[in-house]
Amino acid sequence: MAGILSYGAYVPRYRLAREDISVPLTVGVSAAVTGLRSVAGFDEDTTSLAVEAGRAAMKALPHGAAVDGLFFSTANPAYVDKTNATTIHAALGLPKTAPAIDVIGSPRTASAALHNALRLPDASLVVLADVRAALPGSGDERDGADAAVAFVMTGIDQPVLAELIGSASQTAEFLDRWRLPHETTSRRWEERFGQEIYIDLGTRALTSALVRAGLAIDQVDHLVLGGLNGRAFKLFAKSSGVKRSAMEDSVASQIGNAGVAHAGLQLADVLDRAKEGAVIAVVTLADGAEALLFRVQDTQSGRPSERVATQLAGQGLRVCYSSYLEWRGLLRREQPRRPDPSDPPAPSTLRAEAWKLRFSGSRCMSCGEHHFPPQRVCQRCDAVDRMEIVQPQTGGGRVVTSVIDRTAWSPAPPITVAIVDLDGGGRAQIEVTETDGVAIGPGSRVELTFRKFYTTRNGIHNYFWKARPVTAQGAL
Amino acid sequence: MASNGIRDRVAIVGMGCTRFATHRDKSVGDLLVDAAQEAFASANVKKADVDAYWLGTFGSGVAGLTLSGPLKVDNKPVSRNENYCATGSEAFRNACYAVASGAYDVGMAIGVEKMSDPGMMGIPFSMPPSDGTMSELTATGGFALLTQAYAARYGIEMSQLKTAMTHVAWRNHRNGVPNERAQFRSEVSKEVISCAPPLAGNLSIFDCGGLGDGAAAAVIVRAEDALKYTDKPVYVKGLSFVAGPATGALDPRYDFSHLPEVNAAAIDAYRQAGITNPREEIGLAEVHDCFTITEILIMEALGFSKPGEGWMDVLAGKYDLDGELPVNPDGGLKAFGHPLGASGLRMLFECFLQLRGEAGARQINNGRALALTQNLGGMPGEQVCFVSVLGTALS
Repeated sequence: MAGILSYGAYVPRYRLAREDISVPLTVGVSAAVTGLRSVAGFDEDTTSLAVEAGRAAMKALPHGAAVDGLFFSTANPAYVDKTNATTIHAALGLPKTAPAIDVIGSPRTASAALHNALRLPDASLVVLADVRAALPGSGDERDGADAAVAFVMTGIDQPVLAELIGSASQTAEFLDRWRLPHETTSRRWEERFGQEIYIDLGTRALTSALVRAGLAIDQVDHLVLGGLNGRAFKLFAKSSGVKRSAMEDSVASQIGNAGVAHAGLQLADVLDRAKEGAVIAVVTLADGAEALLFRVQDTQSGRPSERVATQLAGQGLRVCYSSYLEWRGLLRREQPRRPDPSDPPAPSTLRAEAWKLRFSGSRCMSCGEHHFPPQRVCQRCDAVDRMEIVQPQTGGGRVVTSVIDRTAWSPAPPITVAIVDLDGGGRAQIEVTETDGVAIGPGSRVELTFRKFYTTRNGIHNYFWKARPVTAQGAL
Repeated sequence: MASNGIRDRVAIVGMGCTRFATHRDKSVGDLLVDAAQEAFASANVKKADVDAYWLGTFGSGVAGLTLSGPLKVDNKPVSRNENYCATGSEAFRNACYAVASGAYDVGMAIGVEKMSDPGMMGIPFSMPPSDGTMSELTATGGFALLTQAYAARYGIEMSQLKTAMTHVAWRNHRNGVPNERAQFRSEVSKEVISCAPPLAGNLSIFDCGGLGDGAAAAVIVRAEDALKYTDKPVYVKGLSFVAGPATGALDPRYDFSHLPEVNAAAIDAYRQAGITNPREEIGLAEVHDCFTITEILIMEALGFSKPGEGWMDVLAGKYDLDGELPVNPDGGLKAFGHPLGASGLRMLFECFLQLRGEAGARQINNGRALALTQNLGGMPGEQVCFVSVLGTALS
């Protein structure tokens, strides 16, 4: 049966308190605004979020399953003209023969990526990520969220975690949301206009899917909604006739609307807790409507180690409003008097791909010594070219010594750098991110995380791995 | 297979050193001409007497033409040397070997750096482009890694260690006060030093060597010819240079609490010079106090202090000007300043003055006839290091 083999989610740890927006911006924000929105760190973008979600989904994949393709959907791509999915493909170490394709643009592309993967004969990884940038004081700034989610999907008959039991589409051309390609912030028509249209489109799509699955509306146990028209969500849930308890809004209520990733992330949260046999309807209201119906088959396999609910609840990392604006490029600050980072040359980046994008090291086949980055001559036994490529055993490690460097160039100084002894052997010098309120020193536990270090003046995004503290609550 | 050394085979017969400062009115060429002229005069030679040159500069010029152009060297060999902050020492070492070989009668080692022109904070030179995975860690950040590891290994309270680091900065600033060639000539109180805000780890601006512009030069001849030039030659007893395997950030066996490259260079230089008890045989040391913590660890790596006790010896005043083994009597990188390519030769310059009894108010008279310079480059865990031993008498 076609369906979902595994999934994984990544919600950035930072949260912006909505009430903090109203302090500097006394105009345009309602005083009654409460709650938190998730915020991608200064060193995160949709590609890095996608890698983290993809890692979780791949880790959750049942033993022996292989992925033969990658689809990456976002409304905020790091590059156009250059494929972003190839970066994710490299970071996850997928086979060269597996196509990696961007499906980018509107939130509708998310449901297209999911739906198409469910029709393919191979297993595909579908990654949905969004960073919802918006103008200060806007509703999108307040209600948007940054997150990523990934699913390994199959279109062939095999045991799955959740089976696709019905689907249907509605397409409609009208103006609800739009953004010019060079702009960072979205524009919209009066929200009620789109809302009115989406109720009808959503109802038609869901009804058709239910008919195909041979189900009635009251058999839907979980209703998951996607799209950017938040007003349409509530009304659709009411008018659709689903059970009151079926409406799912943990994502919207805890971190905001995650755009392209929204429905997927909500689906992941439902899959974490859905019972065997439960029927899940995923309806995306975006330039039409897409309905996907799943039935949970297996509650044992394919689930990531960290629950979505844990990530939604957050780890208490707050970002102040001025830093948030700076991270999204909406506030420019004085740079330290240090040379700007230069463009990493394309050939050396290619040569270093396994190290740079995957954090691969080498293990000496003569004595077992690990080296990060890979070396040709063993630092322990001097053997030459007796190396095999290895991955860090767990992705975690222990700090030997560290420093907060306030004079180093960074998009968000100061930087923290640590010497980390990796679990299972090997050591690396690694920049530590998300150190707010955490004292890093000898013995601290950290884990690897894929990040964007900076974008050069020439517009090259420099991706590499950092470490982040492993908090008491646990981590990815 | 051996590092045999060239003990007593060559001598320094003249040296020159500009003031280290922000020289707005002097170019790289101007600084080189100043240092060379002073060294020619000191050695009683003319430019035409010098057969070959070794120019040390990290980033202020490329090729031998950086020197031959301004100085109008007339079709003679000029080698450009670079080895991070040990560049000046590397130029000196190569000049010594060439003269010792008999290939040339008179060699000049000259080092220069122009740090102030780019108007950057810290070291203003960029590294060659890499694959983008190199950390943006500054030198200050890199050396600050030592403090946490050293304190952790020996169970030292960070506040105690900081007190010893403060003493290093205080003493080296104090040593620089009477030195008219030093960049900084004001005494700084321990209160001011210890209260300065951190730049990286617990290193503040007062824990950092002072970057500046400057040049220094030495004239080198074979030992048997030395007395033709001066009645006070300074003989080269040992020269060691090592480049480490750069595995500090790769190899879990390194703990960032010591400087193995410095130790390796010291052992080699002592053996060449026939030194068995450095603590008692050496009269003064000019060392690479790029950061205060570095100087403390260098004391241990050179065998002056026992491992884990360098900070205590510093606090006890052992390395003060009137202490048992004076270190950086000229003010060191801290007060004299640090033009990268010139610093190794500046250290030799101070030893040259001290061994000849020409150091004026800071002259050390402890009855020991050997001096040591130690000059390093790179970051903890991936360093190059130079150690020389100099003396006034042939053995």
